[in-house]
Amino acid sequence: MSAAVMENPVNKYLRTERMPTIWCPGCGIGTTVNCFARALDELSGSGFPLDKVAIVSGIGCTGRVAGYLKLDSFHTTHGRAIPFATGLQLANPDLKVIVYSGDGDLTAIGGNHLVHGARRNADLMVVCVNNFTYGMTGGQVTPTTFRPAIASTTPYGAYEETFNLPMLMDSCGATYVARWTAYHVRQLAKSMSEALNRKGFRFIEIAAPCPTLYLRRNKLGEGLDEMKFYKEKSVIKHGADTRTVGLDYRKEIVVGKFVDRARPTLEEAMEQRMKDALGGKYVPYVSPGADEASDVAHPADPAADAVHGE
Amino acid sequence: MSNANSSGTLTGSHYLDGDHACSEGAIAAGCRFAAGYPITPSTEVVERLSVRFPHVGGRFQQFEDELAASIALQGAAWGGAKACTVTSGPGFSLMMEHIGLAAITETPCVFINVQRAGPSTGLPTQPAQGDMMQARFGSHGDYRLIALCPNSPQECFDLTIEAFNLSEEYRVPVLVMLDEVVGHMTEKVVIPDAKEIQVTPRRYTKKKPGEYKPFEVPAGSLVPEMVKAGDGYRIHVTGLTHDERGYPAMNVPTHEKMQLRLNDKIVENADKFVRWEEKNLADAEVVVVSYGITSRIAEKAVQQARAKGVKVGTFRLITAWPFPEKQIVALSRKVKAFVVPELNLGQMALEVERVVNGRTKTVLVPHVGGTVHDPAVILNAILESVR
Repeated sequence: MSAAVMENPVNKYLRTERMPTIWCPGCGIGTTVNCFARALDELSGSGFPLDKVAIVSGIGCTGRVAGYLKLDSFHTTHGRAIPFATGLQLANPDLKVIVYSGDGDLTAIGGNHLVHGARRNADLMVVCVNNFTYGMTGGQVTPTTFRPAIASTTPYGAYEETFNLPMLMDSCGATYVARWTAYHVRQLAKSMSEALNRKGFRFIEIAAPCPTLYLRRNKLGEGLDEMKFYKEKSVIKHGADTRTVGLDYRKEIVVGKFVDRARPTLEEAMEQRMKDALGGKYVPYVSPGADEASDVAHPADPAADAVHGE
Repeated sequence: MSNANSSGTLTGSHYLDGDHACSEGAIAAGCRFAAGYPITPSTEVVERLSVRFPHVGGRFQQFEDELAASIALQGAAWGGAKACTVTSGPGFSLMMEHIGLAAITETPCVFINVQRAGPSTGLPTQPAQGDMMQARFGSHGDYRLIALCPNSPQECFDLTIEAFNLSEEYRVPVLVMLDEVVGHMTEKVVIPDAKEIQVTPRRYTKKKPGEYKPFEVPAGSLVPEMVKAGDGYRIHVTGLTHDERGYPAMNVPTHEKMQLRLNDKIVENADKFVRWEEKNLADAEVVVVSYGITSRIAEKAVQQARAKGVKVGTFRLITAWPFPEKQIVALSRKVKAFVVPELNLGQMALEVERVVNGRTKTVLVPHVGGTVHDPAVILNAILESVR
C-alpha cells in the first residue's frame, strides 16, 4: 500500500532546483531557513505578496541563504549586505527587505554597517545566524567565538571578549531584538513572523551548530549533541535587560524577545524632515514604476510595451 | 532613447563648477538616488544633490563609509532607481570591490571620481590624474568598464548624462573621471531644454516571469534585459560566477562564457560610443594626447608650437576606457611622435605606447600633481619630439 507523499510545505519558498544545499549535515543554517520559510508562509497567508519581499545576503555559509530562497534575492559582497539592502529599500519602499547572514559577515567585516543600520533605523529585518566561526573559510575565530574555544586561527584558544549582540543592537536603537537557537524552531518561526510585520531595524540572533568546524575542533560532539546542549542550557527570558544576556562558553543561553518598540524608520524620518523643512516645495520620492501607466510586472498587458518600448 | 524629465532639469545658462555640473547632469539623466561619503574635492557633488533631490523626487543618503555608499547605489539600481556615488582618492580605493560587483552583476550605475594627488591621503584638494589605471584595473579579476574624462564644467554636465546613458545601454559601471581643477573650476554651463536631452531608459524585459532568465542575452545583443526587485520575477543576483539563470556555477565553461561576454559587450560595441576630440591632425607630425585639465594646458603649448611652425595636432581623450585604440593606431602610421602630458608619472602614456607598438615614439610629459603643468614644459617636449 502506498500513501500520497505530501509536498513539504516550505518547498514552494525554495529554489528546489538548487538543492542539495552546500551546508554540512548537522549544520543549523538550514533549520533557520525552514523557520523563515514558515514565517514567509504566514506572511503570504496574511495577504502580503511575496513578490514584494527581497532577501540580501553577504558572504559565507549563511551568505548562501539568499540563493536558496525563491524571492528576489541578492548575494552581495562580504559584510555589505546591510548597505545594499538599505539602498534597495530606500529606492523601492514597496519592498519588504530582509538581510540574512552570519556572525563573521555581519559583526566583523560588516560591523560598522550593522551599527549604523540600527542607529539610523533602516527598515530592514536582519537575521544573524551565529555559529561562532567562519565556516566557509575553514573555521577561523570571529567576534563571537568564546574564550577559550579553539579556532583555526586561535589554535591555543580564543582570547578576545565577544560581542553581546542583543545589547549592541539594543543600544544602537534596533526596534526589535530577539535571540533563539536552532533548537527553538517554533519560537524562531514565530519571532521571524512577528518581526516581518514590524517596521525599522529588526535583529534576530540565532545560535546554530557548526559540526564540521566549531564543534569538532572543540570536541563538542555532533550537531545533534549541540541541539541537546541548546535544549538544556537555554532559558527563555522575554523582555530581559539586554545587558544581562551576554553569552559565555558552554554557559546558560538566554533566549527570547528582548526589545520590541516603535521608532521612526530612516525613510519616515527622512520624509518628515523634508516635509517640515520644505513644506509644499517638497517633492516626495516615488517608487520606480509606481508612476507608470502600466506595471512591468505584467508584460502581457499590451500597454506595457508602449511604456517600455524604445 | 527618451527625453529628460523636465521637472528636474535646470534648463538655462548657469555659472557652475564642475562638481555642481555633475550633480545637474545626474538629475537631468534621471538619477534619483545617490549614496555618498564626504571627501574632498568631490563633496560638492553630493552637497548639491542633497539640496536638489528633495525638490525633484530624489533621495540622497550619506553612508558611514565608501564601502557602504558604493554598494547602496547598487541596491538602489536593483530597486529600479538610476543611481550614482561620488568620491575621490582614498574613497575610490575603498570602492574598488564594488566596481567589480557592478561589473559581474551587470548593474547599471555611475561612479564620479574627482581625482586628487595620491597615494594614500596624498594632497587633498590638489589635482592629479593618478587614478586612470586604477579606473581600468583597480578591482580584482578581469572586467571591462567605461570611463569618461571631462575637461570643463559643461562637459561634466554632458558626460554625466552620457555616463548614465551608457550604464543603462551596456549594464556596466561607468566612471566619470574628473580632476580637482575641472571639479572646482567655474564656467558657463548651458543646460538645454529637457526635450533636447536624450536619456536612455532602463532596458526592462518584456518577457514574463518563468520565460525570463536574468543573464540570458536577446538574439543579436550581448547585454541582457533587466528587471527590478518586486516585479514578480524572483531573480537571483550574485557576485559569484553565474549562469544565465543567475545561479552560481563554479566551473570553467560557465566562467569562460560569462567573462567573455562581459568583455565582449564593451569591446565589440566600443566603436559606437568611444569619443575623442581632435584638432589639426591633417598635417600633424606630432600629436599631443591628453585629457581633463591637462588638455587645456596642452592647448596653450600646441598654439605656441604652431606659431613656431611645428606641425602639431591634438587628440583629446573623452573616453579613456575603452581606449580609442583604432584612432591612435591609425595616427601612429602617419606621425613622428605622440606627446602625452598627464598629471601622473605615466599611466595613459603606457596605453598609447602599447597600442603604438613601436611604430613611432611616445614621449611622456609626467607631473606628480598638486598643480598643473607649465605649458613651457609641454612645448619643450613637442619641440624635442620633432627635432
